[in-house]
Amino acid sequence: MAKMMTPAIEKVEKARANKKISSGISPTIAAWHRLRRNKAAMISGAIILVFVVFAIFPSQIAPYGFDDQNYSAAFTPPCSEYPLGTDNLGRDILSRIIWGSRMSLIIGIVSVVIGLLFGCVIGAVAAFYGGKVDEVLMRIMDVFLAIPNMLLALAIAASLGTGLGNMLLAIAISNVPRFARIVRSSVLANKGMEFVEAATAIGASNSRLIFRHLLPNSLAPIIVQGTLGIASGILCACGLSFLGLGIQPPTAEWGMMLSSARQYIRGNWWMVTFPGLTIMLNIGCFNLLGDGLRDALDPRLKD
Amino acid sequence: MLKYVVKRLVLLIPVLIGVVTIVFILNQLMPGDPARMMAGDGAPEEAVEALREEMGLNRPLIVQYIDYIVGIFTRGDLGTSYKTGAPVLTEVIERMPTTLILAGISTLIAVGIGIPLGIAAATWQNTFIDYFSSCVSFIGVSMPNFWQGLMNILLFSVYLGWFPSSGFYGPEYWILPCLTVGTSTMATITRTTRSSMLEVIRQDYIRTARAKGMSEYNVIVKHALGNALIPIVTIVGLEFGSLLGGAVLTETVFAIPGIGKYMVDAITNRNYPVIMGGVVILAFIFSVCNLVIDVLYAYIDPRMKSQYKTKKKKKEAEE
Repeated sequence: MAKMMTPAIEKVEKARANKKISSGISPTIAAWHRLRRNKAAMISGAIILVFVVFAIFPSQIAPYGFDDQNYSAAFTPPCSEYPLGTDNLGRDILSRIIWGSRMSLIIGIVSVVIGLLFGCVIGAVAAFYGGKVDEVLMRIMDVFLAIPNMLLALAIAASLGTGLGNMLLAIAISNVPRFARIVRSSVLANKGMEFVEAATAIGASNSRLIFRHLLPNSLAPIIVQGTLGIASGILCACGLSFLGLGIQPPTAEWGMMLSSARQYIRGNWWMVTFPGLTIMLNIGCFNLLGDGLRDALDPRLKD
Repeated sequence: MLKYVVKRLVLLIPVLIGVVTIVFILNQLMPGDPARMMAGDGAPEEAVEALREEMGLNRPLIVQYIDYIVGIFTRGDLGTSYKTGAPVLTEVIERMPTTLILAGISTLIAVGIGIPLGIAAATWQNTFIDYFSSCVSFIGVSMPNFWQGLMNILLFSVYLGWFPSSGFYGPEYWILPCLTVGTSTMATITRTTRSSMLEVIRQDYIRTARAKGMSEYNVIVKHALGNALIPIVTIVGLEFGSLLGGAVLTETVFAIPGIGKYMVDAITNRNYPVIMGGVVILAFIFSVCNLVIDVLYAYIDPRMKSQYKTKKKKKEAEE
C-alpha cells in the first residue's frame, strides 16, 4: 500500500532527510550526547583508554621490562635515560608503572564484574520475590555491611592468602553487598512499571522477567556504581599490596612499588611520588567518568 | 524513642552472630595449624598434639563454633593472642585511645573545614570558591591515603624537618597522621555537604525565607543547613565509624600503635584469634556508630521523630 503523503508529512520527511530533526534517538545515544558534552568525563575516559593500551601492550610501549635490573643505575633520579628515575634495584620506574597498569586495571575491572554478577542476582532476586526471600538476603548483606569495606577485604585476603586471584575475590566479595543494595532498590522502582505488567501478561517466566526486563532497565545505576567501583577496587588493591597482602614481587604493581619505596623515602623522592601520582590519576579519572556517566544516564541526579 | 533504641540494640545480636559466622568460616580457610604455630617450629609432635587438645582444636567444628559464639556473648571472650597470651579484648581496649585520638582529631579537622567549604560552594555555586572546593575535594577523594601519608612524611619530615615521621608519643606526632586522614575524610564531607545543600537551596521554603526579608546568613544557616544535615550526619558518622576500625593503612605508614596496626601485625604474624576477635569488635563498634547516627536523625529531623510517635500511636490504636 502506498504511503499517503499529506503536505505536512512531506515536510517532516524532508526535514528528516536533511537531518534537521532527529528521527527519535534512543536513550543510549541521548546519554552519549550528554556525556560527550562533559569535558572532564571525556578527558578522563581518554586517559583511562591510554592506561588500557598500556595494560594490553606493555612490552611494546615500556622502554624496559618490568624486572630489568641494572644495579649500576640504582637510585638514579629522573633523567633522559630513565624519565621517572630508577628504584633500589635499578629498575626503570616508568616501565614498572606501565607494566603495573595491567595488574591494577585487571583487578579493578574483574573485581567489579564478579561483584556485580553476584550483586545483581542477589539484589534482583530479593527485590523481585520480596517478602521472606528479600528479608533473608538483605539481612545477610547487612552482616557484610557491618564490617568496614577495607577490613573485610583484609580479613578475606588474610585467610585466602596472597596472589592475584585471592585478592580479586577479596575485593569482589567486599563489593557484593553494596551492589546488591543498589540493584535491589533500582529493580524495586521498576517492578511496578507497566512494561513488567505487560511482560507478565504475555506469560514471561520469572527469570525472563528478571534478566530480560528488570535488570536491563536498571542498568544506569549499575553502570555508574560499577565505574566508581573500579576506582575503589584499584585503591583497595593498591592498599592490600602496600600491606604485602596482594601481588607479590617481582610483578610490577603500583601499591607494591610504593610499599618497597617506603624504606628509601629519604633522598629518593621519585620512588614514592610517581607510582602514587599514577594511582591518583587513575582513581580520579574513574571517579570523574563515573560522575559523568551518572549525569548523562540520569540527568535528574545532577549535582 | 527508648524502645526504638533497645529494639535496634537487640537487632544487633543477629548481625553480630552473622559476623562471627563469617569470621569463623574465614578462620577455617586460613592455612597453617594454630597449635603448631603457637608451639613453635621446633616443638616435638607430642607437645603440639597436647596443645591442640588443650586449645580444643580436636573437637568437631560445630562444637568449636558454638563455643566461640557462647564465649563472646556470655564472657566477652574473643580468644587469646598467640603472640602474647593476653585476651584479644584487653589488647584492643589498650590500643583504643590511640585510635580514638587519631579518629577524633581527623574527624574534627574534616568537619571543621569540610562543612563550611561545602556550604560556601553551594551558596556561591559556579563561582571561584565552588571550583576551588570541587578541586580540593576531588583531589582528596582520589588520593590514596597511604600515599598522601608518604608524601606528607617526604615534605614535612624529610625535607622540612618539622614533624617526626613515625610513632605516636605526643601532640607533635599526631599532626601528620591526623592531617593525612583528615584531608581525605574532609573531601567526602565537602562533597556531601555541597550536594545536599544544593538540593535544599532550590526548595520553595528557602525562597519564602528570602522573600520574608530574612538575612542571607539566617537563610543559609538556619533554614538550609538544618534541612541539609541528614546526609551530612550520615557521612560523618560512617567515616568516623570506619576510622575507629583503624585507619589501617595510615597507621601502618606512620607506625602508630593503634587498632589498625594491631590487625595488620596480626595478619603478618598469622595471629588468627586476634584477626577474628578484632574483626568482630570492629564490626560491633561500626554497627553501634550506625545506630547512633539513626538515633541522631530523630533529633535533627522532627519528621523522623514524629514517625516514631505515629508508629507508637498506631500501635496503641490497634491495641
